[in-house]
Amino acid sequence: MNHQFKLLRKESYSGLIGNLLKSQQVYGPVKQEGYTYYKRISYPDEITEDYIIPQMSAKSFVFPKIEKLFSFVKSKDGVRVEDKNLDTIPKKVIFGVRPCDATGIHNLSAIFLWEPEDSIFKKRREQTTIISFACSSADDYCFCTSLGGGPGNTAGSDIQLIKTGTNDYLAEIITPKGAEIVSSNPGLFEDVDSVEKEKYLVRLPVCFDDSELEDKITDAFDTAIFDDLSMKCVGCGACAFICPVCGCFDIQDETKGSMGQRVRIWDSCGLRQFTLHTSGHNPRDTQGARYRQRLMHKFSYMPDRLGVKGCVGCGRCSRACPVEINIHENLQQITKLVKIHKHE
Amino acid sequence: MNKNNIYLPYQMKISKITQEAPGVKTFRLEFLNSGEGELFSFKTGQFGEYSVYGEGESTFCIASPHTRKGYIECTFRQVGRVTTALANQEEGAVIGFRGPYGNVFPIDDWKGKDLIFIAGGIALPPMRSVIWSCLDTRNHFKDITVFYGARTVNDLVYKQELEEWGNRSDVNLHLTVDPGGETPEWKGEVGFVPSVVENVAPSSIDAIVIVCGPPVMIKNTFPVLKKLGFEDKNIYTTLENRMKCGFGKCGRCNVGKTFVCKDGPVFTAEQLADMPGEY
Ligand SMILES: Cc1cc2nc3c(=O)[nH]c(=O)nc-3n(C[C@H](O)[C@H](O)[C@H](O)COP(=O)(O)OP(=O)(O)OC[C@H]3O[C@@H](n4cnc5c(N)ncnc54)[C@H](O)[C@@H]3O)c2cc1C
Ligand code: SF4
Ligand code: SF4
Ligand code: FES
Repeated sequence: MNHQFKLLRKESYSGLIGNLLKSQQVYGPVKQEGYTYYKRISYPDEITEDYIIPQMSAKSFVFPKIEKLFSFVKSKDGVRVEDKNLDTIPKKVIFGVRPCDATGIHNLSAIFLWEPEDSIFKKRREQTTIISFACSSADDYCFCTSLGGGPGNTAGSDIQLIKTGTNDYLAEIITPKGAEIVSSNPGLFEDVDSVEKEKYLVRLPVCFDDSELEDKITDAFDTAIFDDLSMKCVGCGACAFICPVCGCFDIQDETKGSMGQRVRIWDSCGLRQFTLHTSGHNPRDTQGARYRQRLMHKFSYMPDRLGVKGCVGCGRCSRACPVEINIHENLQQITKLVKIHKHE
Repeated sequence: MNKNNIYLPYQMKISKITQEAPGVKTFRLEFLNSGEGELFSFKTGQFGEYSVYGEGESTFCIASPHTRKGYIECTFRQVGRVTTALANQEEGAVIGFRGPYGNVFPIDDWKGKDLIFIAGGIALPPMRSVIWSCLDTRNHFKDITVFYGARTVNDLVYKQELEEWGNRSDVNLHLTVDPGGETPEWKGEVGFVPSVVENVAPSSIDAIVIVCGPPVMIKNTFPVLKKLGFEDKNIYTTLENRMKCGFGKCGRCNVGKTFVCKDGPVFTAEQLADMPGEY
């Protein structure tokens, strides 16, 4: 795709954030006790550039951990239900989103905008502008390049900033929303003629053949590989909470006195209760079956049904797993499987 | 379904409560907003999410036939939190309902055929919807046979309707209870549903069979049907994987790549044979 590039000089960078702060909520990577989180900022210099990847993904901007769906008040005359007012969802610009996290939001949209469209998600997505930072460094857990992504991937971003050798930024304008920011900040963005984006990006080796993954994992359904890979899994669900693309949720009612609200709340297929029937019957009754669901959903079902993967190779689940289950290694093992049988 | 907020239920007034069996009730529900009621339509086989505000939602099929307008019915067994809260409601109370969700029984494709319904236990509700939909358009079909079994005589649901079907000359009704579940007055059969079906041996020629029941019953009925010559593509059933959203987003009802809420809950035995056994 041919995107337009502009130059954002380091002197203009703070000015841009300052301008955005005047009109909307601004978030960005902020250091806190040695870790980095996407947090709301009040001053441009709160944003750090010294991070590989924030602890938590950026999904909560469009898919919060707890989302009110509507509220209700109970009285002796009955129940009064009040719809959610979507106009209260504020405009936000998120700075410094990693390309994998932006892609995560893009892929998550496929689930929530699948017919019937989730208007709450849609509104949050519309109200959120994403200014990603291309990656000039990575760690051992990152494997976006093996899944067709990369340190300069632009899916889900409105603007991408690429730091140049002179500490200025190349600004890649990706969407109309991004173009709008450029046009409403005259004087900050300058024209550039030649762009060599690639040379500022980290080089990350491709470790397995992505084109074979969907077929291989689909064929492996009845094999013991998922039991083997998840032998140590304790079913804590951390991998799902931390994942930029895990979108599974529970629906619950929360009440306080006569007031209450129905909420959509993060859930995980790794938890035993996820599919448990009241009778005690459980269609996925082993941790192996649940880990299989996790991988199959991401690499077989989502590609098949929605045309996108449920994983962007951010490596967070491997960093977070208490028993060191490493998804990157698992996928390499699966792509090494010999084809066992063919589906007609 | 509400287009602006897909999670927002319709407000439904419970206009009638029937105690079907111990722990099993039927609610007749009418739209509080009659305009919404007029725009609402569903087809037999579909389900919805029923809720008590402050307690949560529960998934039940719509147990009334789509041929009857102005209300819907659900029949549920009290098993846990939401179903208990529902069971505690009285006539006149308002509960939430969102739906209809899922696919349908393709009854238009069954015209001119024999229909055989086989149900066990609390699984009669989805069946009742399709049975009445077919009885309301009776001349579209040839023979209609109903097998229904429960653990005990007391556990049979829709007792009044069973009597009505039994009295009709255009319905062959076979009722059965598990051995030991009979009473002295019991005139039906004693035995498990699959063996009763095997004994009666309905003809598989130009016939459609619909089976709903607990997994054991389904597991034991499929081989009997095979023996009687039914082809997998003419055997219909419904799946009941745990659900939350009902529209393909919450991620828990899938069997392989198939979402029971969106692609089901109605499947043919042919389709099931192609799916992994995660149900
Ligand atoms: C498509 C479909 C149609 C159904 N139709 C009927 C019906 O007509 N009549 C009837 O009595 N029951 C039906 N069920 C089962 C019914 O949904 C559960 O028995 C009920 O949700 C239990 O809720 P609870 O809150 O009382 O139980 P709890 O144990 O307190 O609930 C825990 C949670 O598990 C879920 N859950 C537990 N068991 C099941 C289950 N077997 N299926 C789905 N979700 C479950 C509930 O949604 C609830 O959120 C149907 C299920 C499905 C999927
Ligand atoms: S690497 Fe793990 S956390 Fe990251 S997108 Fe893939 S599954 Fe999710
Ligand atoms: S983080 Fe690790 S232990 Fe926890 S559910 Fe995921 S794979 Fe299992
Ligand atoms: S019930 Fe939520 S995906 Fe099927």
